[in-house]
Amino acid sequence: MADPSQLIKHIESYVDSSRSPTQQASSLDAIVSLLKNDAVTIGSLVKEMEMYLTVTDDILRARGILLLGEALNRLSSKPLDNATIHSLITFFTERLADWRALRGALVGCLALLRRKSIGIVTNIDAKAVAKSYLQNLQVQSLAQHDRKLCFELLECLLEHYPEAAASLGEDLIYGICEAIDGEKDPQCLMLTFHIVELLVQLFPDPSGPISSFAGDLFGILGCYFPIHFTHPKAEDIDVQRDDLSRALMLAFSSTPLFEPFAMPLLLEKLSSSLPSAKVDSLKYLSCCTLKFGADRIAKHAGAIWSSLKDAIYSSGEELIPTFNSEPTSNSDFQKNQIAAEALALLEKVIVQNTDLFLSMIIGDEEVNMIFNNITNYESCNAISLQSKQKLHMVGHILNVSAKASLSSCNRVFENFFPRLMEVLVLSVEKTSGACHSNDSCVNSSKISYGSLYLCVELLGACRDLFTTSENLTPQIISPNEKCCCLLQCYSTSLTRIFSSILATCTSGPSYDADMYLGVKGLQILATFPGGYLLMSKSTFDDVLMTFMSIITVDFNKTLLWKHALKALVNIGSFIHGCNESEQASYMDIVVDKIILLALSANNSMPWPLKLTAISSISTSGQKYMLKIVLWLEEMILTNLSEFYVEGHQKSAEIIIQLFECYSNELLPWIQKNEGLEEVLQFVVNIWNQIESCMAFSVRVHEKELIDVTMKFMKLAVACCSVESQNMIIHKAFSVLSSSPSLQLKESLSDISVQRERLAPTQETDKFSTRDEWILSLFASVIIAVRPQTHIPNTRTVLHLFITALLKGYVTAAQALGSLLNKLDLKSNGTSISGHCTLEEAIDIIFSSKSFDNVPLGGHGITNNGDEISFPNLCLGAASNGLQQINVIVGLAWVGKGLLMRGHEKAKNITMVFLKCFLLDSGIGTLPLKQVSENSCKQDVHHSVMKASADAFQILMTDSELCLNRKFHAIIRPLYKQRFYSSLMPILQPLINEADSSFSRSMLYRAFAHVIIDTPLSVVLNDAKKLIPLLLDGLALLCKDILDKDIMYGLLLVLSGILTHKNGKEAAIDNAHIIIKCLIELVEYPHMMLVRETAIQCLVAMSELPHTRIYPLRIQVLGAISKALDDPKRAVRQEAVRCRQAWASIASRSLHF
Amino acid sequence: MVSGLINPNPIVYEKKECRVRSVPSNVDEYAVEPIDQLEIFDILSLPNICVDIKDPEHPYSLEELKVITEDAIEVDDKNSYVRVTFTPTVEHCSMATVIGLCLRVKLMRSLPSRYKVDIRVAPGTHATEAAVNKQLNDKERVAAALENPNLVAMVDECLAQSFA
Repeated sequence: MADPSQLIKHIESYVDSSRSPTQQASSLDAIVSLLKNDAVTIGSLVKEMEMYLTVTDDILRARGILLLGEALNRLSSKPLDNATIHSLITFFTERLADWRALRGALVGCLALLRRKSIGIVTNIDAKAVAKSYLQNLQVQSLAQHDRKLCFELLECLLEHYPEAAASLGEDLIYGICEAIDGEKDPQCLMLTFHIVELLVQLFPDPSGPISSFAGDLFGILGCYFPIHFTHPKAEDIDVQRDDLSRALMLAFSSTPLFEPFAMPLLLEKLSSSLPSAKVDSLKYLSCCTLKFGADRIAKHAGAIWSSLKDAIYSSGEELIPTFNSEPTSNSDFQKNQIAAEALALLEKVIVQNTDLFLSMIIGDEEVNMIFNNITNYESCNAISLQSKQKLHMVGHILNVSAKASLSSCNRVFENFFPRLMEVLVLSVEKTSGACHSNDSCVNSSKISYGSLYLCVELLGACRDLFTTSENLTPQIISPNEKCCCLLQCYSTSLTRIFSSILATCTSGPSYDADMYLGVKGLQILATFPGGYLLMSKSTFDDVLMTFMSIITVDFNKTLLWKHALKALVNIGSFIHGCNESEQASYMDIVVDKIILLALSANNSMPWPLKLTAISSISTSGQKYMLKIVLWLEEMILTNLSEFYVEGHQKSAEIIIQLFECYSNELLPWIQKNEGLEEVLQFVVNIWNQIESCMAFSVRVHEKELIDVTMKFMKLAVACCSVESQNMIIHKAFSVLSSSPSLQLKESLSDISVQRERLAPTQETDKFSTRDEWILSLFASVIIAVRPQTHIPNTRTVLHLFITALLKGYVTAAQALGSLLNKLDLKSNGTSISGHCTLEEAIDIIFSSKSFDNVPLGGHGITNNGDEISFPNLCLGAASNGLQQINVIVGLAWVGKGLLMRGHEKAKNITMVFLKCFLLDSGIGTLPLKQVSENSCKQDVHHSVMKASADAFQILMTDSELCLNRKFHAIIRPLYKQRFYSSLMPILQPLINEADSSFSRSMLYRAFAHVIIDTPLSVVLNDAKKLIPLLLDGLALLCKDILDKDIMYGLLLVLSGILTHKNGKEAAIDNAHIIIKCLIELVEYPHMMLVRETAIQCLVAMSELPHTRIYPLRIQVLGAISKALDDPKRAVRQEAVRCRQAWASIASRSLHF
Repeated sequence: MVSGLINPNPIVYEKKECRVRSVPSNVDEYAVEPIDQLEIFDILSLPNICVDIKDPEHPYSLEELKVITEDAIEVDDKNSYVRVTFTPTVEHCSMATVIGLCLRVKLMRSLPSRYKVDIRVAPGTHATEAAVNKQLNDKERVAAALENPNLVAMVDECLAQSFA
């Protein structure tokens, strides 16, 4: 047992209303935890509190009862014995009469009634609560929160103790009516609506007590409809209009007894001018239709039909489909919500009472008038808006009524379809019945838009009905149904009508509608479910043929072409899942033809269109994709061999196109769906092809072709699984090692390989074409593999890439970087020969073996027994400058790979680059004998330094080609930030100390590369230090046109700083120099973006404190007035803004 | 002060859809884009920005009231000349001079200084057409007007949003 004084202290603290709310809450927490741990029983708590529960002081009593109530509320899961529960609920029931301390009683009752675990209030007690509630509570006169509690209590009673509540009979209903009347608070309203719903369910008997109160109840509810918030953004954010509306709807439709009151109200509000009221009425009507039952609704059928017609008609303008737009799946739904709701309601009433409503539709004057005058609706553009609206209204009504059920579909077809067909086929039928083969019988100019439109709507409805009923029920629609007979009978002529429309339509807005309908009609015909049951094979084939002829011939009619392609794709994906025989004809007619189309060189169709066609068709189904992929592969392989054996330049172009298609369009789809097997096979096939093609007769260096192939290889390998990648890599490696000329020096020692590195490198000393291919593709594979994939003979591969990169193959360097990025840190136990760990690999690259014993004669460079390693090669141990640059680039990629995985050796590499900058000073001071040699060496050194500066760009920027997420690189989070913060302390003093102007400018270049790619948030922290450096960098870089992109990047960093709050503070101190620099950049002639950004920066500067910038005002305005005459419009616009911003900082107006 | 609006119920026209300037695909860094009719119109109406130069009397923009239209602007970039012809909403609109002044100030602030700006009331649309034209194109009187703090405040208020 806990210390009773403790408990008393908590109780006193809670009851004392002078304490702060937090104190009260914490003491409540303490009491609850005591109760939960059984340190105190409820009984003892009540005893301790006795005084507070009965005291005559209202406030104290109220607090005391509330404490008990709240405590019980928190103990909802704690088992309590029945006696306690009984005594507690009796207490609270009595207290309901105590209006001065009501809240506690309400909370307590609610807490007890809501209990679900052991210790539940009995029905008798619940009834007592309800009785006391009805007797004592004047809900309307209470405050909002108490009202809410009252309603919650009522709701709880109705929900959990229906029998107890029901036994009160009319008293209960009367009490509820009284309580909920005139409620205005949204939260309480949510509860009241629900209470009405529950109450009505309590007395299901139609002649029961509810029936006499239905009018009163609805009178209370009805005045809330339609829900309209006058304070849309008040504090009651948690209750939305839609929630309230839904709750009210459920209350409205809770009993059929409301029908005499609800239906007239809803129908009346349907004519409201408020759109939301219209939408609501329609929704409510739909809901009520289902609940009230057919008989009751039938009474209002006439009124419903006429108001529905009005609603659909008045929103008819928005229902008119837009024909000239690109084919989109779903147009703006929100706009025609009224129409959508109206149509949904129509469907519901038709399903409920097909006969009644269909005879209304069929007998309707307006509908019949449309049909009688259908021939007047000749062209979509010629008819007036009003009649167009009418036509579309009828179209939608027929569509919905046909879609509603099979029997309604039959009736609609029976009544309307033959009439339409009569109009459409009139000319055909008139000439003769046998004239079917002659297409010219159908004269498209006589086909009226109206009949065409209605016909397509009907067909679409029928198709939708069949599709949904096939999905829902296994029962297949019998072909003997009336609508099926009609369809079968007219299908051939329909196909011909639609095709002829497409054949005759020329591009132009006046034909857009006809064309759209023609395509849609054909598409519907081809997508009837159930195989050839309804539509014969010939019909289906005809449709496909028509579309294909449009695809192949009419590619000049852009819109038609797009619609046709879309339709083909739809048909393809529709039949893909279900039908063997239809798939076969789709394959024959569409897929094969598309392939032929792409093949035919003499076709004048532009390649991008062919590409779209192929990719769209192939993505409509896996089987089609498979076929097209197989064909693509075959084509690529044949062309590849043709190109290299016979040297057809044409083949190269074809391959490039095909590879583009494959990697850009098809691979992403394949990756999402199944089918990677084929890709794997294809990759292996390419390697086989290269292996078998021993002699490449052409020595043409086809750069673009290699690039495209490499891109494909990378993407294809990247999406394969680890096992497949292992297979590919083995295949690739075997091809690689079988190539004699590549000299895989597996057996050679590291030393001899290093000697190799020093061999003189010239431009001519490149690999043969075949070797280059093999090497590039192998590098691509290495770039794209996953980290888990095992790379055989890592050591050999490493050496190979090193050799290649010395010859200037950047791909090899990228592969080397990727290799190091993904290599295992430790060997996994089994030491395979040729395998090496990351450390070993790094050692090879940084190898530090002495070369004392290796003769180095003939190269002209005395090595002083220095270490011949990559770093030293960079620093000038190489035989010539070109090689030095190659090494730097290579090292940069290696460094990037290491940097991204967060390896510390990356730092060593950056140190090498930094050392390169210092060489300049050394060279400059050397006493050189020959001036020419001097300048030549100077040139070499300059380009080497530039290369090292640009190496920082490689290190920092995200590359598309390798080392990114797509190619499974290991990327340590925040690696850029780390690199930035480790490099800046070294780079900054170097810049300050640099003595020659060239090395300084190169250091700035490196600095720019680093800072451009560092996240802005990091840069902002050091903004104060960086701004002077940034400005100097900008001033240096603006001298050379070639550096404009770097400069733009740097300027963007500056503008990022200036537009940020923290950055602005840093800018205050440097305002003077920043503005001076920006003013110069405003006139930068070589890049518009630089000028524009500089002006934007100036605008940002104008927001600094006036005291800092006021003196600079005249300078800035002078520069800007020149910018107002800039050749580029965007710059002028910014200049106007900037001028205004600066002109207004000091005085309100400008001086002219 | 004027007790009521001169034209309390002006006809409000729909804004014309923003003409999209075709962006040349190969952007030549050094190509010159001369100042043209549309650009002046944009300066005066800026359809992308919700509040345009306000007619001092009405909350509608000048474009919505058809006070200025694109066709009523003549530009000659080579000779640095621009002429804007505007149409007051009613014949005896007392605000014509203020609108004209606003237009002139906006152009003076937005165009290079080499430009000569000519603001005119469309012929036959205003009762005191000649007087207004004279007043608007008199350098001295414009300068004097801009010395008047009340007038400047009014013009600045009209233009304030258009610089956003």
